[in-house]
Amino acid sequence: MTTLPEWLTTQRIVLVCLTLFLVIPLLVLLMPVSANLYEQMSANRRKSIALCVFFILIVFILALLFEEIAPGARIVAFPLAVVIATVGPLVGYYNSDKIILRMSRARPATREEHRFLMNTIEGLAIAAGTPVPKLYVIEDTAPNAFATGRNPDHGVIAVTTGLLQKLNRRELEGVLAHEMSHIKNYDILIDSIAVILVGVVALLSDWMLRTFRYGPRRSRGASRSRGGGGQAQAIILLLALITAILAPLIAQLLRLAVSRKREFLADASGAFLTRYPEGLASALEKLDADTEPLEVANKSTAHLYIVNPLREHASLLNNLFSTHPPTQERVAALRRM
Amino acid sequence: MIAIIIVVGVVLYVVYAYNRLITLRNRIKNAWAQIDVQLKRRYDLIPNLVETVKGYAKHEREVFEKVTDARTRAIGASGVREQGKAENQLSGALKTLFAVAENYPELKANQNFLLLQEELAGTEGKIAYARQFYNDNVMQYNITREKVPANIIAGAFGFGPQEMFEIEVAAEREPVKVKFD
Repeated sequence: MTTLPEWLTTQRIVLVCLTLFLVIPLLVLLMPVSANLYEQMSANRRKSIALCVFFILIVFILALLFEEIAPGARIVAFPLAVVIATVGPLVGYYNSDKIILRMSRARPATREEHRFLMNTIEGLAIAAGTPVPKLYVIEDTAPNAFATGRNPDHGVIAVTTGLLQKLNRRELEGVLAHEMSHIKNYDILIDSIAVILVGVVALLSDWMLRTFRYGPRRSRGASRSRGGGGQAQAIILLLALITAILAPLIAQLLRLAVSRKREFLADASGAFLTRYPEGLASALEKLDADTEPLEVANKSTAHLYIVNPLREHASLLNNLFSTHPPTQERVAALRRM
Repeated sequence: MIAIIIVVGVVLYVVYAYNRLITLRNRIKNAWAQIDVQLKRRYDLIPNLVETVKGYAKHEREVFEKVTDARTRAIGASGVREQGKAENQLSGALKTLFAVAENYPELKANQNFLLLQEELAGTEGKIAYARQFYNDNVMQYNITREKVPANIIAGAFGFGPQEMFEIEVAAEREPVKVKFD
């Protein structure tokens, strides 16, 4: 048995293995799902788990890379990675709804103030045979709405005051039914977990990029490795840089891959709930025509909303990264029913 | 050996199909109870509404009687078809009541009246949705019990067909018009 080259440390072997393992959750996440409600439900649960696995792998890869660029950081990096990899998915599962509501500055709706809203959501819950979701209101004139939570027992729907003012009752009912469908299909689970996990990955890689600015210290690695070792070190450094830049982007793209097509399904099952596709269709048209951006929304929560709250101008890049399918296509699909 | 496997398979299937039918039938019962909850809520709101309107429109006795009668009849109704018919009559009577209310501007400004109107509209929406849910469940049950070979088991254990509510047009769902937008 030949001895391993000096630069091929256990740590680096583990790093390569972890990177290869990334393929498994990636495949699960990108697996196409047939547009069928029951299939969608189990797919969302499966993909939520895959997202958590993906997150845990990324955290450890980042930690190992961090050790490469700053040797001696092991005492901090590894325990920290363990903590983040454990706490991240747990917070994503149990607390994402609260964090998202806090981020969106939403307050609970009261029956006195929003009688119609309450009655409608209760009616839709009866029609769908699910528990009544909690209702929140966001004080903003931009009309929009989103759903969050982890399952139908912990479902939350938030609407802006602009939505309440600008839509008529049939349209509002259509929007609420669309959000109900997100809850019933478990879209909310993966979307809410994604908000937290993608946020954490972005934070971590940002942190790593910062350490590059101080320049990687070559204390241990430089003295030990000669010749090929130095080259390997350089390659690793380059890889670390690339990973730190790419990780949040990949995470973002993944989230989009899961979120775009489902809007059509939520539209369809929402229309099935009210048995009145025109309500949602005309609501979407109104929302599309409104150009006011929603102030409390940002890149990390944009995919939750019924229409893109950021109102970016259409361009190739924006199209690639867009969280929502074109509204005209959604309206056309509803009108065909 | 093969015979035993077949017999066990058949028995397992019968148990499965029977349990499935039981589940679906109980879902229908639950859906029916949901309708009842909302209907009861509606019956409770009506006397309050009539009292409020009476305070402003004393001379519309005919309308009040019509509503009260329709309510009593609806409470007494049983079965899908009869209940559906009685409820439609009640909706018609309420429509007349709200049409009459249009003639009394002070009544239309009354906070209590507006509240009752809103709640009544909400309850009617919920009744419609509860019926929709009931129909969905009945349809699933009927499909299951009519399919081969479950139909044999349904026949043997007396799982009869269930009646559905007549499908309503979405626009008819809000008999009580509330001007809001």
